[in-house]
Amino acid sequence: MIPGNFAYHRPADVAAAARLLQEYGDEAQILAGGHSLIPMMKLRMAQPSHLIDLQDIAGLKGIGRDGDRLVIGAMTTQHELIGDPLVAEAVPLLRAAAVQIADPQVRYVGTIGGNVANGDPGNDMPGVMQCLDASFELTGPGGTREVRARAFYEAAFTTARAEDEILTRVIVPVPKAGSGYAYLKQKRKIGDYATAAAAVLLGVENGSCASAAIAMTNLAATPVFAEAAGAALVGTTLDDAAMDAAIAAMLAAIDPATDNRGPIEFKRHVARQMLRRAIAEAAGRAGRGTA
Amino acid sequence: MDKLHVKLQVNGKPVEALVEPRLLLIHFLREELGLTGPHIGCETSHCGACTVDIGGRSVKSCTVFTAQANGAEITTIEGIKGADGGLHTLQEMFREHHGLQCGFCTPGMITRAWRLLEENPDPSEAEIRQGMAGNLCRCTGYQNIVKAIRAAADARHAQKEAAE
Ligand SMILES: Cc1cc2nc3c(=O)[nH]c(=O)nc-3n(C[C@H](O)[C@H](O)[C@H](O)COP(=O)(O)OP(=O)(O)OC[C@H]3O[C@@H](n4cnc5c(N)ncnc54)[C@H](O)[C@@H]3O)c2cc1C
Ligand code: FES
Ligand code: FES
Repeated sequence: MIPGNFAYHRPADVAAAARLLQEYGDEAQILAGGHSLIPMMKLRMAQPSHLIDLQDIAGLKGIGRDGDRLVIGAMTTQHELIGDPLVAEAVPLLRAAAVQIADPQVRYVGTIGGNVANGDPGNDMPGVMQCLDASFELTGPGGTREVRARAFYEAAFTTARAEDEILTRVIVPVPKAGSGYAYLKQKRKIGDYATAAAAVLLGVENGSCASAAIAMTNLAATPVFAEAAGAALVGTTLDDAAMDAAIAAMLAAIDPATDNRGPIEFKRHVARQMLRRAIAEAAGRAGRGTA
Repeated sequence: MDKLHVKLQVNGKPVEALVEPRLLLIHFLREELGLTGPHIGCETSHCGACTVDIGGRSVKSCTVFTAQANGAEITTIEGIKGADGGLHTLQEMFREHHGLQCGFCTPGMITRAWRLLEENPDPSEAEIRQGMAGNLCRCTGYQNIVKAIRAAADARHAQKEAAE
C-alpha cells in the first residue's frame, strides 16, 4: 500500500496551479483533500508523476451568497459545509447530503470540489448538484466557463472538465422559500458509498406540486438526473399514483450493475424505496418556510 | 525523485526532515519519529486507528502525505495528557469504564474523542456515536467507549465548576 513516487507542488494561486497543469499535462493531477485520490494511488490505480496540492489557495475557500445563488469555493470541506449557517438556511439539502458522506475524519478533509470533480458514481454530491441544477466553474488557460452539473458527467471518472482546467467554484441556485427537500441514502455501514440514494427537491403551491427535481446516486456509471420522474409529480397532489409514476420513470432511467453491494434487482428495489421515502420526506417539509 | 524539506510541529515540538513526497504521514510518525501510538489497522482509510489531529481536525494519517502536513501542527496520542503530565481525563475514563479491551483502536479513539470534546464539550449519546463513526473497534461493542467519552465530558465539566 505504498503509492508510486511523484513531485509535489503547492502553488499559491489559481494561475500558478493552472500553469503547472499545463506544463505537466496528463502526468499531473490535482490534489484536494486526497481522500479519493490517495486510496487510488495506494492501490496503484492512479500513478500521477506530479501532484498539485490546492490547499494554499485562499481564493478557493469559503461560502458566500450572491443574490439568488450560493457560491462555494472548491476547497471548502464537507465539515465546513455542514457547520455553515448560510448553507443550512439557503440550501439545507446540501447539509442533509453532506452529513451522510463518509465519516467525521473524511469530512474534515474531503472537499466539495473533489467530490464533484472526481467522477466516481459513488460520490453523493454529483446527484445532489444535479437535483439542485448547480453549475461548476472551470478555470483553464482560456479563462473560465460554467458547466451545469446536469451536463458534466459523461462516464465513470469522465467529466466535461478538460485536463488543464481547475474546478474553482460550485454555484448553487437557492431554491424558493418553502421548497421541500430530502436526500435518502441506503448504505451497508457508516462510511460506505450508497447502495442507492435519492435526492428530491419539491415546490408545492396550494397543495399541488409546482416543481420537482429528482436525481439518483450510484445506480449507473454517472449520477442520474431523472427528469421524467420529476415531471410525473408536477401538477399532482403527490398522491400514491403520482409517486408510482415517478418511481416508474426513475426505474426506466437508472442502469445499476451487480457488485458487492448486491445484484441488480436488489439495487432497483432499494432505489424504489429510497425515492418513495425521499418524496414523502420532501413533501412533508414543503411549504413550511424552511426553504 | 527529489526529497522535500518539511517543517512541522509534532506534539508541541518543532520537527524538520527530508522526506519522499510519497511518504504517508503515518509512516513518518511511526518510523521516522518513533511515535508508534497511532496504529495502522486497515491501511484503507476505514478503521481510524491511525487518527491524529492536524491543525484542529481529526485525520486518518494513513491517507495524508507528510508533504501535505508541511507547516501544520500535529497532535498524536503521545501528546494527549493531563495537566500534571499523567493520564488525560479521557484516558482515565476509558480505563474506568472499560472503554478498551485489546487496546489496538484506543489511540485513534482517544485522539478523535479529544477533538470531539474540544468542539462539543457536552455531546449527547447520539452526537458521540456520530462523532466517533470513523473509528472501528473489534472488541468492545462501542457501548463502553461511548460511556467513557460521556464520563470524560462530565468530569471535565465538574473540574471546571470546581475551578470557578
Ligand atoms: C472511508 C471513505 C468513505 C467515503 N465515503 C464517501 C461517501 O459515502 N460519499 C462520497 O461522496 N464520498 C465518499 N468518500 C470520498 C470522499 O468524500 C472524498 O473526499 C471525495 O470524493 C473527494 O474529495 P477530495 O477533496 O478528497 O478530493 P481528492 O481525492 O483530492 O481528488 C479527487 C479527484 O478529483 C480531482 N480534483 C479534486 N479537486 C479538484 C478541483 N478543484 N479541480 C479539478 N479536479 C479536482 C483530483 O485530481 C482527483 O482526481 C469516502 C472516502 C473514504 C476514504
Ligand atoms: S489505518 Fe488509517 S484508517 Fe485504518
Ligand atoms: S479494544 Fe480491541 S479493537 Fe478496540
